Amino acid sequence: MSLYNWLNERIALESMTKFAKKKQVPVFYGTVWYYLGGVSLFLFIIQVVTGILLILYYQPGATTAFESVKFIVSKVEFGWLMREVHSWSANLFILFIFLHMFTVYFAKAYRKPRELTWYSGIFLLALAMFFGFSGYLLPWNELAFFATKVGSDIAGAIPVVGDFLLRLLRAGDEVSGATLTRFYGIHVAILPAVFTVLLGIHLALVQSQGMSVPPEQEHLAEDKRKYMPFFPNFALRDLLFWLIILNVIALLAVFFPWELGTKADPLASAPAGIRPEWYFMFMFQTLKLIPAHVLFIEGELFGILMFAMGGIIWFLVPVLDKKANQNIRSKLWKWIGIMLVIYIIVMTVWGYMV
Amino acid sequence: MSKQNRKKFLDIILGAGATAWFASILYPISKYLIPPDIADANVTSIEVGPEIEFKRGSSKIVRFGRKPVIIIRRKNGDLKAFAATCTHLDCNVQFKNETEQIWCACHNGFYDLEGKNISGPPPRPLAKYIVRVARGIIVISSEDMA
Repeated sequence: MSLYNWLNERIALESMTKFAKKKQVPVFYGTVWYYLGGVSLFLFIIQVVTGILLILYYQPGATTAFESVKFIVSKVEFGWLMREVHSWSANLFILFIFLHMFTVYFAKAYRKPRELTWYSGIFLLALAMFFGFSGYLLPWNELAFFATKVGSDIAGAIPVVGDFLLRLLRAGDEVSGATLTRFYGIHVAILPAVFTVLLGIHLALVQSQGMSVPPEQEHLAEDKRKYMPFFPNFALRDLLFWLIILNVIALLAVFFPWELGTKADPLASAPAGIRPEWYFMFMFQTLKLIPAHVLFIEGELFGILMFAMGGIIWFLVPVLDKKANQNIRSKLWKWIGIMLVIYIIVMTVWGYMV
Repeated sequence: MSKQNRKKFLDIILGAGATAWFASILYPISKYLIPPDIADANVTSIEVGPEIEFKRGSSKIVRFGRKPVIIIRRKNGDLKAFAATCTHLDCNVQFKNETEQIWCACHNGFYDLEGKNISGPPPRPLAKYIVRVARGIIVISSEDMA
């Protein structure tokens, strides 16, 4: 008896292969966008694997964290590779989630019945950014220390719950070794657990509802629409894309290594040229430009309220864009999306120029 | 009691029980997550070091209880001390000797040497500390103690 048969009698493999064979992927100008979500998934898998490997040597704590990362990258065989791949993959992970989100947005894939997929996706993006924020502190270097001070102070400025959030994040009033331990716990236990569950839901929704196509494609007669089988045609293309990404990461890790920097010192001045990770840059740059006071509120709070409002509107787009449910492209939402992309790019570039 | 009333009654009891059960789990967790208050050592003044070792046109950040304080010696020899954390987003500031200003690198905020926020995003002045020299040793103390 073959292994397949043995398994099939116990766990109904046949129904799974049937499902995979039945699954069709629409072929049109936007088919390439479908790879972006898959690449994000692949990058998450890389993060889990390299993250677990890094845990084996990393020691959280104000007196050990920096030294242990230094040990990993300088003494442990291929330690540098693990850290570089983890850092690069983290950055690409966020980048691909952003690309995935914007292609989904412009293809109107959030419209009925896929609202839940959009909501879960936005939560996944928020979690991914929190992953980045919490992981950034772990090497306990100067840049990370001040980025964490600023980031947690922003949370502290939120009305009503700010104080609670600040102490919750920092594990005290100041960023200290206790904060580091807490961020470590968040980064390696809490976030992976929550992320995995949410990712499971996100993927289950994609599988059960199938691929979305933009409204114009949906208007086409069925005989004019083209498909390819998910397995093996699309799955193999997916795999090829993943392989390319893995090679790109290897190249980046070797030729553009992330520096460890200098160890965090709570009594040092914030160095010139301090900046957060690139995906926070547009917000960072905006905060820099907002004056000390806007109307009667502090600039900091004003900025936070604006970002919170923008985030909520973006999250609720499946509800707000009423035309999308009738398969009509609304000009307003198209332009909101385009303006947002331009805003993010301009602010990010500007942030790096000054 | 009619059957419907009984059902309603049981629903309420069950709902309240479940809520209480959740609360009894969530309450200790939420309390656990917030660290206990560590009593501040109630520092009112600290010695920074001998005045002669502190060069003109330089600065340093020292720990005042749990807070960082920046102490500045101007070109003319005057000593100044302020809370070292920017009032904008909590970064540690630095002294710019050339312009005799205090600068925060994080979001480009400037203060003058009275601690007043003069440009950029900082919304408030830096808190001042009192500096005096006693028998050649620089001592800083918090203003409310003076």
